[in-house]
Amino acid sequence: MRSSLLRMVLRRLGVALPGIAGVVVVTFLLNRALPGDPAAFFAGPAATQQAVEEIRVKLGLDKSLPEQFVLYVRDLARGDLGRSLTTGQSVRSDLLARLPASIELTACGLLLAMAIALPLGVLSATRPGSWIDHLSRLLTTAGVSLPIFFTGLLLVYVFYYLLGWAPPPLGRLDAFSSPPPTVTGSFLVDSAIAGDGALWLAAARQLVLPTVTLGVFALAPIARMTRAAMLGVLSSDFVRTARASGLSPATVLYTYALRNALLPVVTLLGMVFSFLLGANVVVEKVFAWPGVGSYALEALIASDYAPVQGFVLVMASLYVLLNLAIDVLYGIIDARVRIEA
Amino acid sequence: MIKESIQALRHARYVLTENPVTLGAFVLLLAFVALAVLGPALAPHDPLASNAARKLEAPSRAHWFGTDQVGRDILSRVMVATRLDFAISLSAVALSFALGSVAGSCAGFFGGWTERLVSRVVDTIMAFPLFVLAMAIVAALGNTVANVVYATAIINLPFYARMARAETNVRREAGYVEAARLAGNGPARVLAFHIFPNCLPPMMVQLSLNMGWAILNAAGLSFIGLGVRPPVPEWGIMVADGAAFMVSGEWWVALFPGLALMLAVFCFNLLGDALRDIIDPRRRT
Repeated sequence: MRSSLLRMVLRRLGVALPGIAGVVVVTFLLNRALPGDPAAFFAGPAATQQAVEEIRVKLGLDKSLPEQFVLYVRDLARGDLGRSLTTGQSVRSDLLARLPASIELTACGLLLAMAIALPLGVLSATRPGSWIDHLSRLLTTAGVSLPIFFTGLLLVYVFYYLLGWAPPPLGRLDAFSSPPPTVTGSFLVDSAIAGDGALWLAAARQLVLPTVTLGVFALAPIARMTRAAMLGVLSSDFVRTARASGLSPATVLYTYALRNALLPVVTLLGMVFSFLLGANVVVEKVFAWPGVGSYALEALIASDYAPVQGFVLVMASLYVLLNLAIDVLYGIIDARVRIEA
Repeated sequence: MIKESIQALRHARYVLTENPVTLGAFVLLLAFVALAVLGPALAPHDPLASNAARKLEAPSRAHWFGTDQVGRDILSRVMVATRLDFAISLSAVALSFALGSVAGSCAGFFGGWTERLVSRVVDTIMAFPLFVLAMAIVAALGNTVANVVYATAIINLPFYARMARAETNVRREAGYVEAARLAGNGPARVLAFHIFPNCLPPMMVQLSLNMGWAILNAAGLSFIGLGVRPPVPEWGIMVADGAAFMVSGEWWVALFPGLALMLAVFCFNLLGDALRDIIDPRRRT
């Protein structure tokens, strides 16, 4: 079983490679489609013609497009994503410093969505037409119709301004706390490692509203798909056979039905991730969350393009890798996929 | 001819009255369309006229939705913005439907290198998180409304292309297609007049569901500062304007444009579901 799983992972990696190649080509082309002359932009408004030419040569912009592409790929292979004009740092170190904040937020949002959506989907499929089914329908409709920035702002108004339960929406920690020593980059995990309960609570308090915002958004497709898949599975022959054999309702539901119903849900997770990575940008803006999304936005507004490209490239690579992980997960859940590979 | 159109109308009336939710969504759509067309004429105030003496006023009889940070009437701005928001999402969806369905059905019909090319392009688009790709496209092409339309069209393209390909592929060997071929129709004619029209119903469902998504996307882009520039009234940018006032309690600045956005998306989602129930009753949920 292990070797077949390994073979499947390798094969999926082979499928993912053209995807990554496509991403690299597109980011390169977007780079060249930028309005204006990058050399003149890097040189600044006061630069002489000669200085602009020097920078053009230094950046390799005097070469032909294929040559530039080779240079670009070479830089990427070295992990060089260029330098940000606004922060003065290399884009790679900027992104690495901010990535944990985004990943912590996205992971919490997805976990919350799954923790609510899966039981909700199962319950509404086993009791169609009941109040929980209607609640589920209401939540999923709201989830797909509410603009994510609007949900975030409503939550801020109700829980910060009206009720005063939540801290102000200004980043990962309040002004009185200092971040824990970095181990993983996630404040929740790091403060737990440091054994600092008060700090953990402070970090968790900041995290609640943005997590709920992302969760409401990601919940809708998962709950819908769980319900539909569960309904399909529950009316299938093997569930009828399991019931007829006298298995307890719980065994039928969780061992037989749920495991089969999870397959399309896992497939859908890839799409949900795509939406979440995009939604992250908006949520980070609403909650002043110091992640990669708000970094890219600041750069975008300042016409500083290297960070934007780095951000797009990192997000796309992350997404390709996540899809790979989902394929592997699929193989673990469904033996048929393994055998086919 | 007259008899046929009466029959079509009767069927439409049946569909609308059978489900009150569908009727509600349809009425809402009509209201939005009316606002998009007549908005500037109906608006009680000039959407761009600022009035420093009456800034950030709560909703009152004079200003039903209140005023914003420079004293502009929010009701008028929400009404006038309808046209721009609908124009952006409608043209984006129309563009991606036109390109996606043609490319997809050619891929499904001809196969071979056409299919490889189309699926390679579609796969590359899908390799990006879609909203991030839209951001990148607008950043690269320039920060204008037209580029927001192109970006939204590009990220919607895969859904139409894949669907058209699958629908065409299923029908390629159908009996009526064989008959059309035997009757001497060329491949292009068979595709355009015999297969494509039959693929349209499921694509219409996608179109309606996609409209809501396109509105959200365009508003999201302008919320983060891409595309529409202030002071032009647009729902996303108005919510962004109001975001800073949410923490100090002036809820009306962001609430009303956000509600308009939500209602519009909600309306298209309901219509899409209703259309699906009509076209494919088996998938009714």
